[in-house]
Amino acid sequence: MPEPLTATNDFVVKFANVNGSGSASANRLFARSILRMGVPVASRNIFPSNIQGLPTWYEVRVCAAGWRGRRGGVDLMVAMNPQTWDKDLAEIEPGGYLLHDSTKPLPPSKFRSDVTAIGVPLTEICGRTYADPRQRQLFKNILYVGALAAVLDVDLAEVERLIGQQFKGKDQLVVANLQALRMGWSHAREHLTGRCRLKVRRADRVGDRIFLDGNNAAALGCVYGGATVAAWYPITPSTSLAEAFARHCRRFRTEPETGKARHAIVQAEDELAAVGTVIGAAWNGARAFTATSGPGISLMQEFIGLAHFAEVPAVIFDVQRGGPSTGMPTRTQQSDLLACAYASHGDTKHVLLFPEDPEECFELAATAFDLADRLQTPVFVMTDLDIGMNDWLCEPLRWDDQRRYDRGKVMTFEGLEAGGAFGRYLDVDGDGIPYRTLPGTHPTRGAYFTRGTSRDPYARYSEEGAIYADNMQRLLRKLETARRLVPAPVLRRAGQPARHGVLHFGSTAAAMEEALAALEAEGLHLDALRLRAFPFADEVTDFVRAHERVFVVEQNRDAQMRTLLVNECGLDPARLVPILHYDGTPITARFVGKAIAERLTALNVVPLRKAVS
Amino acid sequence: MTYLAKPKFHHPALSANALGYTHRDYEGAISTLCAGCGHDSISAAIIQACFELDLAPHRLAKLSGIGCSSKTPTYFLGNSHGFNSVHGRMPSVLTGANLANRELIYLGISGDGDSAAIGLGQFAHCIRRGVNMVYVVENNGVYGLTKGQFSATADAGSPSKQGAVNADSPIDLVELALLLGASFVARSFSGDKRQLVPLLKAAIRHHGAALLDVISPCVAFNNHPGSTKSYDHVRAHNEAVNQLDVVPACEQITADHEPGTVAEVTQHDGSVLRLRKLAPGYDPHDRIAAMTYLQARRAAGEIVTGLLYVASETCDLHDRLNTVDTPLNRLGEAELCPGTAALEAFNAACR
Repeated sequence: MPEPLTATNDFVVKFANVNGSGSASANRLFARSILRMGVPVASRNIFPSNIQGLPTWYEVRVCAAGWRGRRGGVDLMVAMNPQTWDKDLAEIEPGGYLLHDSTKPLPPSKFRSDVTAIGVPLTEICGRTYADPRQRQLFKNILYVGALAAVLDVDLAEVERLIGQQFKGKDQLVVANLQALRMGWSHAREHLTGRCRLKVRRADRVGDRIFLDGNNAAALGCVYGGATVAAWYPITPSTSLAEAFARHCRRFRTEPETGKARHAIVQAEDELAAVGTVIGAAWNGARAFTATSGPGISLMQEFIGLAHFAEVPAVIFDVQRGGPSTGMPTRTQQSDLLACAYASHGDTKHVLLFPEDPEECFELAATAFDLADRLQTPVFVMTDLDIGMNDWLCEPLRWDDQRRYDRGKVMTFEGLEAGGAFGRYLDVDGDGIPYRTLPGTHPTRGAYFTRGTSRDPYARYSEEGAIYADNMQRLLRKLETARRLVPAPVLRRAGQPARHGVLHFGSTAAAMEEALAALEAEGLHLDALRLRAFPFADEVTDFVRAHERVFVVEQNRDAQMRTLLVNECGLDPARLVPILHYDGTPITARFVGKAIAERLTALNVVPLRKAVS
Repeated sequence: MTYLAKPKFHHPALSANALGYTHRDYEGAISTLCAGCGHDSISAAIIQACFELDLAPHRLAKLSGIGCSSKTPTYFLGNSHGFNSVHGRMPSVLTGANLANRELIYLGISGDGDSAAIGLGQFAHCIRRGVNMVYVVENNGVYGLTKGQFSATADAGSPSKQGAVNADSPIDLVELALLLGASFVARSFSGDKRQLVPLLKAAIRHHGAALLDVISPCVAFNNHPGSTKSYDHVRAHNEAVNQLDVVPACEQITADHEPGTVAEVTQHDGSVLRLRKLAPGYDPHDRIAAMTYLQARRAAGEIVTGLLYVASETCDLHDRLNTVDTPLNRLGEAELCPGTAALEAFNAACR
């Protein structure tokens, strides 16, 4: 028999719930109360494409070291869903714990001898306290949070403060929730003391960091970045981005004197109309965006080509999920890279940005509008369900009040008066970016016809080969300019000179940092470069050339980022070793570390120590 | 002729409107459509309507989809910005443009393939949203650029030029627009400028989604005997319910008609629509009666034209969204960016 697990500030709690039972806010309350004790947590929602009834899980990794990825494995299971009991029980680490509703006795076959069962008669307590069935359900969730707090030594006062803040102004709710919380707490204190050796102890590891989901952060980034028009069509996992934008706008974008809106949001009839509206608004000088996921990107293809060729700015958030087709709507992946990088028919290439966490979602959302205006082209912000719909512990959002929007090359009335002949597609500055005029600027100068058909530098329709080819070459020059303007990759050098390297991007960063530390502890040193944008800066090519082997870690089956690297940088495919994770769960440090260690072993660079397991 | 640049000079005595613009200032490039195409008559009517309404050409924006009709914005209003978007998707692009700057006048130019087939969804949704625009459908029942396939507005039983008979039911965009809540619905004929110009003027002056379905014969593919969209057929079956006259807000209205023969409608901007009744009892304020009338006359093989419906109270997308009066594209950092203090408060709430 393994000893019961003993750990302080370093364990994984998983809640198994029924979708629609109101557990989400209780579980989040649990996670936040640990943060309030100065102990970092990493949380993940694992939910079905369903409104009510199907199983849903919430995982909280309590981690003093501050790693933000999933660890893998479960030390304490809060088993609230009979449907998934067997699977949940099986997932617990040997020596782990099972917190369950002990109202009805279960046969011994429903337990494991190497797992400590912690029973709380939740249904019984709720049944005798509440008459209303809905209350019985909702307060059951708060009740187990109270019991958990007692079992794990979570400071009850922190949970109480959070309840007070959450229901501020709704005194009845505060009282009722506190009552339920204390009932759970008291029961556990009376009956369960000493049953669990997993503990939370107050620390000072959180600092001023915030707990926030990427969709919310990106939406706020759109507000700060000056977006005024949003058009979207509901699709998981991007919906909450558009909804958060509406919420932030009500708060920050209401004209004080009149109560009128300094923004316009249209829930479109489909993704085609959504991106069409964005293109129309941006053509007319407003900053505009849409938020979608893979299937929406597929529907937008024709319009994206138009915006690229007609050179209209547009910001598109792709909160990626599992594909192809409807795929796994509530699971995470990074599998739209090629669909976005080369979106639409004909020769097209687009700017992509890869935020690593919610804080960077905010930052890169605002930056995307500057880039789109400067480059007069669509810019994709490539997040995923893992960043978008989970709360992450991240640096506080920052803004510089001196920062000015870069509206790019927009010819004004004065400019038209002063200048010579205006050519909408004339490369005046040699950077491939022409000047544009907005409709209504000047009575007789600067009007032009925007079209997806080829045209000469003065926007006159032309099907002449040489004129078409010149324009295509200019668009390539513009992409070169983009390469210099996009956010630079972030280099993390190994503790000592390293022969091999790792390339990664987006939500993989969380698991990657932890994996690199673990590999280093095993004597395996790797330089790492975190990509933040496509087209790739020179540093990316230099990094690959400077290492014998470079592992490209990504969350898709076909190594799409590796394809882009080989294709765009002229790199030898043999140098780029794919590490691929695509089962829809967020990638873990254990997975990355093991995969890299195995390949290094195969390359004979692990002579002394055993590879990380 | 189309390879020739259009000469810029004009007769010195050419009359100017209140803004000092002549007719020529509203023209565009020389048309590349077939000689006799109904669409060119519509372009000419748009030029005349804008000239007569004293509109500054650069304060209009013209947007279109793909097809013969969608090419026409090149041939009028050369000093206005134009946007030839993708097939069937003009409505969404126009919606976005309108949201960005509510001060311009938006002309959406489309055809029957563009609006009734590939773009039926966007047609429907921009109308139900009440986007403030003039939506002109240049309707010839046929795909011209791809050489004569039936479109979704072709009548069942009507033959193509090659003799194939269309078996599918037609989509009537006018009836659809009424159903979808359009606040201004009219139908006209490209061969009747006297009717078309006032309808265009009224539609431009209208606040909200204005649909103007213009039967516009295709001389190359759909002007043969048996076609229900040919010049001869439309002339023979055109049933105008009223004759419209648009009186600008500033002009005094004088009564020069027999009582009961003229209905007057005051629009959002104060302009007055004077409707001389041609069909006794037709009430352009009654949406439901209009739908019934249109269906009955269509079943009888007639093409009803005129101002078919106009709402007395209108409300456009901006009204519904309660957007600020200043165009959104003119707002800057001061109005748009909440700044660091607000961000600090946001951060604090996330701890």
